[in-house]
Amino acid sequence: MSRVLMKGNDAIGAGAIAANCRYYYGYPITPQNEIGEYMSSEMPKVGGVFIQAESEVAAINMVYGTSATGARVMTSSSGPGISLKMEGISYIAAAELPCVIVNIMRGGPGLGNIAPSQSDYFQATKGGGHGDYRLIVLAPSSVQEIYDFTRQAFYLADKYRIPAIILGDGFLGQMMEVVELADSAKDDEYARIPEKPWAITGCKGREKNIVNTLLIEPDTLEKHNWKLKDKYQQIAENEKRADLYRVDDAEILVAAFGISARISKEAVDMARDEGIKVGLIRPITLWPFPDHVFKNLDSVKGILTVEMNTGQMIEDVRLSVEGKIPVEFYGRTGGNLPDSTAIFEEIKRMGGM
Amino acid sequence: MSTVLKKTRSLEDTKLHYCPGCSHGIVHRLVCEVIDEMEMREQTVGIAPVGCSVFLDAYFDFDIIQAAHGRAPAVATGVKRALPENLVFTYQGDGDLASIGMSEMVHAAARGERITIIFINNTNYGMTGGQMAPTTLEQQVTTTTPAGRDTRLAGFPIQVPELLSSLPGAVYLSRVSAHNPKNINKAKKSIRKAFQAQMDGLGFSLVEILSTCPTNWRMNPVQSIQWLEENMMEIYPLGELKSVEGVS
Repeated sequence: MSRVLMKGNDAIGAGAIAANCRYYYGYPITPQNEIGEYMSSEMPKVGGVFIQAESEVAAINMVYGTSATGARVMTSSSGPGISLKMEGISYIAAAELPCVIVNIMRGGPGLGNIAPSQSDYFQATKGGGHGDYRLIVLAPSSVQEIYDFTRQAFYLADKYRIPAIILGDGFLGQMMEVVELADSAKDDEYARIPEKPWAITGCKGREKNIVNTLLIEPDTLEKHNWKLKDKYQQIAENEKRADLYRVDDAEILVAAFGISARISKEAVDMARDEGIKVGLIRPITLWPFPDHVFKNLDSVKGILTVEMNTGQMIEDVRLSVEGKIPVEFYGRTGGNLPDSTAIFEEIKRMGGM
Repeated sequence: MSTVLKKTRSLEDTKLHYCPGCSHGIVHRLVCEVIDEMEMREQTVGIAPVGCSVFLDAYFDFDIIQAAHGRAPAVATGVKRALPENLVFTYQGDGDLASIGMSEMVHAAARGERITIIFINNTNYGMTGGQMAPTTLEQQVTTTTPAGRDTRLAGFPIQVPELLSSLPGAVYLSRVSAHNPKNINKAKKSIRKAFQAQMDGLGFSLVEILSTCPTNWRMNPVQSIQWLEENMMEIYPLGELKSVEGVS
């Protein structure tokens, strides 16, 4: 295992290549341009393919084509570009094709700005494209997690034949940290590509394969939609993940994901130093949302959700506690960070101090 | 006794859903005959569009991917880059290709992707009921140009192979017609050349096929053939617009 100092965006590329992703299609957009630049230089070294597509729309449809052949493929973008990809994402989800999509979030709505944000939570977890579908959404909070979650995303995408999203933000994409890289000589379950008998490869020695999302008969489409629902249910049962920090005796909980969780952790430590019983719940899978960690919180009097938006994940937190615990919100937007002292003040207020 | 005609292996033995007098059935057969003659059925991937030919998978007996409206050339790019030895083609109508899919088509050609586009031009959106297409002729009546296409308001018809001809990545561009036996034979030869250019690694190829749409043209099949000859061929002249050295 080797340790290297690496930028978050580069770690996405390194993680993808370590997971045997050999196809990357993307279109420039800040703050994730390093991903495409990294792929343009690294993919040829491993016999892979990099295309700078003419648009986000084209890039996601190239992903659709390559994914249909059974190969591992990735695209990346930021909010406005992810909006453009939504048509393709809906098709890929409908066709049950695996792929990895990275969103290094920037400020929105509209052109917004190029500063970091977490305002695409709804878009990633509630749909964004048309129709009844879900995506696996992983939220890293460090460069190491970016590297690890990217590898895991390919594994999960193949396991369930579903697109997986890495939902990061401009801070995570641009920051540099030490990363422990996977040992390429070691047998790695994330790098192993399973058999894909459904893949489009030319019908030599078998019946033809078809990748199609048009199911014109209502009964056929309904059957397909319930089949997808069953799969999503299975994912929800197996794959929910959250990181818990100092929650055991907590009377107040902070709920935050990604970079906000990292800042909140500091605020939790500050409050603990003052004797306030506070802990942190950090959802890692934003879909499926880890609602199970919000159950049976008998000692908890209140939850503070901290996000870099005007309040999105808070809806899932509220759904999870089913009205049993008051849920409050602290957020910054526009590219501003929630400051740990400001979160600390919120915790103190909730603790009656 | 020698066999003069046999069943086309790549074509499914099933009824077509197309209207009487529509050219799709003829073009389906031509594509499949060429694939059979090249012995490529087991190495072929077809990309279906959105439009009347969205059900390609029911008629072609080889691997098929159905793409979003206009996106077939991008999907084909993703397939061909992963399967460079396979024959990869898209089958698209005029709305799908020259309107919503213009960008994907132009850039696939600009990159010189080793793919082939079979382009059905019948001057209207067939499946949605006969609206104006980018290829609709001047003064042609459609459901969205009820007084005839007024070029001051709705612009001019697009000549696709001419538009692509300046791109070095496009190596074979032709326009043929499927309205009579002589032209059907020529169309087949052109499809063969386009596929061969792809398999020889030369670059991007496209064959436009002038096609009839009696239902939406509000004509019978015989009238529609006459209308194609008298009106379409003037704006869409037949021939090889571009065939670089090495195409055979």
